[in-house]
Amino acid sequence: MNAVLAIAGTELRIGFRNRWILLSSLILLVFALLLVLLGSAPTGETTVSPLTVVAASLSTLSVYLVPLIALLLSFDAIAGEIDRGTLQLTLASPVSRGQVLIGKFLGHLAVLAVAVVIGYGIAGAAAFVSAGQAGSEGVGDMVRLIVTSIVLGATFIAIGYVASASVRQTGTAAALAVAIWLLAVVLYDLALLGGLLASSDGVFARNVFPYLLVANPADAFRVFNMAALDPGAAATGLAATGDFIPFLPELAILSPLLWAVIALGVSTFILKRVQP
Amino acid sequence: MNQILRTERVSKHFGALTALSDVSLDVAPGERVALLGHNGAGKTTLFRIILGFLRAEAGCIAIEGNSPGSDAARRLVSYLPESVAFPKMLTGREIVTLYARLRSAPAGQVAEALDKVGLADAADRRCGTYSKGMRQRLGLAQAIVGTPRLLLLDEPTSGLDPLSRQRFYELISEIAAGGAAVLLSSHGLSELEARTDRVAILRRGELVANAPLADLQRSANLPVRIRVRSNAVEVENIHRAFGGERVNGISVEFACPRPDKMARLSAISALGDAIDDVDVYPPSLDEIYRYFLQQTEDEGAVG
Repeated sequence: MNAVLAIAGTELRIGFRNRWILLSSLILLVFALLLVLLGSAPTGETTVSPLTVVAASLSTLSVYLVPLIALLLSFDAIAGEIDRGTLQLTLASPVSRGQVLIGKFLGHLAVLAVAVVIGYGIAGAAAFVSAGQAGSEGVGDMVRLIVTSIVLGATFIAIGYVASASVRQTGTAAALAVAIWLLAVVLYDLALLGGLLASSDGVFARNVFPYLLVANPADAFRVFNMAALDPGAAATGLAATGDFIPFLPELAILSPLLWAVIALGVSTFILKRVQP
Repeated sequence: MNQILRTERVSKHFGALTALSDVSLDVAPGERVALLGHNGAGKTTLFRIILGFLRAEAGCIAIEGNSPGSDAARRLVSYLPESVAFPKMLTGREIVTLYARLRSAPAGQVAEALDKVGLADAADRRCGTYSKGMRQRLGLAQAIVGTPRLLLLDEPTSGLDPLSRQRFYELISEIAAGGAAVLLSSHGLSELEARTDRVAILRRGELVANAPLADLQRSANLPVRIRVRSNAVEVENIHRAFGGERVNGISVEFACPRPDKMARLSAISALGDAIDDVDVYPPSLDEIYRYFLQQTEDEGAVG
């Protein structure tokens, strides 16, 4: 356990020193503030808490930014250490490869969590203050958003390890990480949209589409958050979520969790076969 | 058995390439053994097999009786790879602390190790600011925490200036004096500065020599070179008497088998005033190294 914590602590320390945490917090904060400021105008006089509105916009932002930040954190984890020769040192010491990966995972997750809490926390506080009304019922929505964003990040950190352990060069791992992001966040949704358009009889939409949607951890994250938000406020894109999903939308959060566990297992499996 | 490292008839191929064939090499406690060979001779492959990163196809390896890569073996071994780039953002102390914790070494050993390698003053600076020599010493510091029984150092002195290199070997001698076995690799004999107890030479995966340096010198039996300085008048006669080649117009240099050395020297001194000065050069370490590499090359050509 001491070894796992030592590795995790080192990753967290590096995250602070190389300004990773600062940079990703800033990116999240800038986009979040843009949404808060732009989003406050049309809300006008509503009964919905301003924080709930912000949480709705931020959940869409998270789908794009959090996987990107997570992949950028993790793609270097194995390939980079092979490149620099430090993986040999670590693996020459009496720690198991599974411990090495868990240590890195905890460290990277902490880095991401700090960035999300800072970025979204400040944006949420700004929304709270600028609205000038006591909307404390929206705080829960913000907390849920922050927690599930960290879960989503955990998934893509683990997926990044699979990429990083599969190749020996950092450059290849980086290219792989970008490809994974494009596929999961952009192309997958386009393909689903195409599928919906192509099958006009609605069989695809009813029987296949919902499952394909939650099979993607990023989409599942969005489904979960939109469904959890007040339905009145959640009329953003994914309209009437509850209607077309043939299962409890709360279960959607299992998808990123399952993906994280599978990806960690797969990357440990690959790492055990790596000859440093 | 009082050997810390035993390797017996170890072989390894990468496709058609023979990386190691029938290598047997033991290292005892307190012994410093240098593993020499060109790039690609199999030095790093042997290290990686001892560390358990690679599996040997044949032969057996034991680290105090433990199989390579096992938890027990990894507790006994520490390693310094040929090129290692520590995270630039971390200080020397943080890096050594990390590896100390990975090896469950007491925290007190961190400062001790840093002090030993002479990094005590720079310990709290980021290692991105370190010089090449300091980085190499940092690598050694992480290798000595946890009091390993066997140190594997892959070309630890390449790229170091002569002074740092000398300091490095002093450190290694101190560590060996504490009972650890040290196996280090190097490009050439001249880098070792005669600071090892035994020299093993690998050529294309084969161990072609494995003996103390003095024994290698003796068995190579290379001639000494004698250079005689004379004057413009006498130099021709001397060249005729001793053979060899003329240098600078007034000197003659020739090779002389070891047993004949004294006879030749007295013949030279008998020439009296014709001789200005005499220099005797024993074979250099690099010449001995080249001898062992070439000798086996010739054998290979015959066989």
